[in-house]
Amino acid sequence: MTSASLTKPSRRTLLAGSAAAAGAFTFGFSIPFAGEAKAQALDTVKEINAWVVVKPDDTVVIRIARSEMGQGTLTGLAQLVAEELNCDWSKVTTEYPTPGQNVARNRVWGDFSTGGSRGIRSSHDYVRKGGAAARTMLIQAAAAQWNVPAAECAAEKSVITHKASGRSLRYGQVAEAASKLEAPKEVALKDPKDWTIAGKPLPRLDTVPKTNGTKIYGADLKMPGMLNAAIKDCPVFGGKVKSFDAAKISSMPGVKHVLPVGDTAIAVVAETWWQAKTALDALPIVWDEGENAKVSSESIAAWLKEGLDAPQAVVGNQVGDVKAAIAGAARTVEAVYSYPFQNHATMEPMNATALWTPERCEVWTPTQNGEAALAATAEASGLPLAKCEAYKIDLGGGFGRRGATHDWVRQVVLIARQVPGTPIKLLWSREEDMTHGRYHPTTQCKLVGAFDKDNNLTGLHMRISGQSIVAGLFPQNIQNGRDPVVFQGLNPPGPEASIGYGIPNLLIDHAMRNPHVPPGFWRGVNLNQNTIYLECFMDELAHSAGKDPLEFRRALMKNHPKHLAVLNAAAEKAEWGKTLPDGVFRGICQTMGFGSYVASVAEVSVSTDGKLKIHRIVAATDPGHAVNPAQIARQVEGSFVYGLSAALYGECTVKDGRIVEENFDTYNVLRLDEMPVVETVIVPSGGFWGGVGEPTIAVAAPAVFNAIFAATGKRVRAIPMRNTDLRRA
Amino acid sequence: MAKLNLNGKTLDIAVDGDTPLLWVIREQIGLTGTKYGCGVAQCGACTVHIDGVATRSCALPISAVTEDQKIVTIEGLSPDGSHPVQKAWIAHDVPQCGYCQSGMIMAAAALLQANPKPTEADIANEMTNICRCGTYPRVKAAILDVAASGTLGRG
Ligand code: FES
Ligand code: FES
Repeated sequence: MTSASLTKPSRRTLLAGSAAAAGAFTFGFSIPFAGEAKAQALDTVKEINAWVVVKPDDTVVIRIARSEMGQGTLTGLAQLVAEELNCDWSKVTTEYPTPGQNVARNRVWGDFSTGGSRGIRSSHDYVRKGGAAARTMLIQAAAAQWNVPAAECAAEKSVITHKASGRSLRYGQVAEAASKLEAPKEVALKDPKDWTIAGKPLPRLDTVPKTNGTKIYGADLKMPGMLNAAIKDCPVFGGKVKSFDAAKISSMPGVKHVLPVGDTAIAVVAETWWQAKTALDALPIVWDEGENAKVSSESIAAWLKEGLDAPQAVVGNQVGDVKAAIAGAARTVEAVYSYPFQNHATMEPMNATALWTPERCEVWTPTQNGEAALAATAEASGLPLAKCEAYKIDLGGGFGRRGATHDWVRQVVLIARQVPGTPIKLLWSREEDMTHGRYHPTTQCKLVGAFDKDNNLTGLHMRISGQSIVAGLFPQNIQNGRDPVVFQGLNPPGPEASIGYGIPNLLIDHAMRNPHVPPGFWRGVNLNQNTIYLECFMDELAHSAGKDPLEFRRALMKNHPKHLAVLNAAAEKAEWGKTLPDGVFRGICQTMGFGSYVASVAEVSVSTDGKLKIHRIVAATDPGHAVNPAQIARQVEGSFVYGLSAALYGECTVKDGRIVEENFDTYNVLRLDEMPVVETVIVPSGGFWGGVGEPTIAVAAPAVFNAIFAATGKRVRAIPMRNTDLRRA
Repeated sequence: MAKLNLNGKTLDIAVDGDTPLLWVIREQIGLTGTKYGCGVAQCGACTVHIDGVATRSCALPISAVTEDQKIVTIEGLSPDGSHPVQKAWIAHDVPQCGYCQSGMIMAAAALLQANPKPTEADIANEMTNICRCGTYPRVKAAILDVAASGTLGRG
């Protein structure tokens, strides 16, 4: 297959999109940057294999299956392919294959899903092999041209040389011949210690268009004849539309259609989005809100609280006999923590563009999972999968919101079906985005620690009560009432998210309680609250035992050397134990998740009137391998902004069955003035591949909360921190 | 009908007077570098310059903008992406998803024009844009770099 078929449909329409930007521009001056419409003349260029295309001018196009949403996976994955390809990095560009092509080619690009910090860790092997195979074929093609054994040739920076005869050829000169060769059956991969492109702190490949306004996001797409849609879904989850009065708005400027979307939402389609939104705001809609309208944050909290002592619970991790340990304890310590619903609040609200005809349905959307977007398209379109296509656009933030469910894709297709032949762009208002999220699940946790008379921790019971993401999204995966993801960071020893302590009697169990507010995977997922629960409570235990929080942990971590090494790395860099300036206090924590070991130390001060200042956070991470240290540092910093936003402010409250916070004025997030200095310590120990985008979020809040306790003697147990009064009398 | 001076050109726009400047820029004029993030002047994604002052265009009705006010969007900040702030942004590899960055760059450019040597406290006070990806440390470093180079604010 040539790459022509790979790029044609999307190029055609995206080009049209950017060209339309110019076309819509009827005021007689040209746009300084005419969009990203670099028409790549790939039609005549054959691919070497599914991952690599080399053009006659030596440009290397690396195909990326995962989605770029800011995390740098596009650059990281390209580095891995380029490393094995031995190509000239300055000639590398990237492109997305489409989900439909992946289906048609028997999933040659593997999984498109981009979540769980998996972009690199679960595809490094096959993408590197793709690069190595392409290199082998390029060398073979040159060797054949020279009529010498391939083994006598070598490739470096896109140039193949035959040392004995002093001849050389560029990749671009043999690409066509190489594309006709059979792929090698086996390829050897380089030892990471020999890497020259991968593992290096290279700049991202996609920065420039993000600095001059030319980067096209889903919200920016334009197509000839396109109309714009704004939508309002029933504010109470599970409610329906009872009636609406289209006549009231049908003569408003630009309004073309007022349409039901399923039985829960109404869309207004207009010439411009602003017209659509203005008319929608004026549309009288009567909702059938149903039973859920009685639910509030208070009623949910009361229900979850009941689960903290409920007899029925599913065991996630058990060692020894915790009940006996507690019963026989010289002394016990107990605390209850809680974690709220939180919205992803990606900077770019949900959006998609769809074109539906009786023969075909196409969707363009920012998505973390192109294949799931395609499935949602087909499902809503009433057409077979083969007549549908989904085109991925880089995301203005994902954080888990744009992966597991594609509710907005379904909506746009349902709208477009009612306007056949007309491209429809659906853009959610921020208010719609805030009130129709797939929220970070809400849970509470009761912890009981048991000490013997010598002040040794003999038992720990952690009872989690509350929402299961898996039950909300993939109920078929709940077996015997058990959601395995609930126990992230608390699992028995293993490669994914295991607890770092050896406690002789341990019980971690979950009483599932699923409120009607829909849950979703939210950057860091359950590791976030689980790490707060465990690590803040560890701090409570250490203090109650009169021990230094670091020493207290170390004593329990003897059989968890990787957890311990990262904790030590953070402590050492932060100079734990060294005197701090007056009024500044430290907190520490560690965890493991998404395959990586992470730890942090925070330094904070709290004024007498309760104002927190976070001065510095040292974060250590062992992701096994570090593909791009510069991008890892950025991911760690970014994860702290996300994690601290959640820890300090993030809370979606429920009243009358709906989400109260509708915009950033009530759903506050961290801004530059509150950003601490973040020092990232990367300690890759090799032998495994862990994730980078998510794990360190989990060590943002607990270190800060523990430092707040050191500063004030007050525990933050109800997240977010704004619910705790830090003023001192 | 409104008359606008945008990126150095005068434009006639037929649009309802209540329409926010942001949506005129994005939908009538067709320049999409200026982003919608909140619509209520909270996030700064829609920041443009009006007579050199960073302004959140989502909350400014077009009827409140006069013909002699000079509007500059990210597309008009420099002819070829070579504004010192843009160069510093590239050197520091600031953007992650990039969605907030047009607004960040416009806010930073206005800050540096008015105050060529901002302190860290000045930056913290003035740069109130939201970035959900968390690029704040790099934003700050890039601004301090431009300040140190002394390339702005002399005109
Ligand atoms: S869109 Fe204008 S400030 Fe957010
Ligand atoms: S770079 Fe993504 S929101 Fe700022």
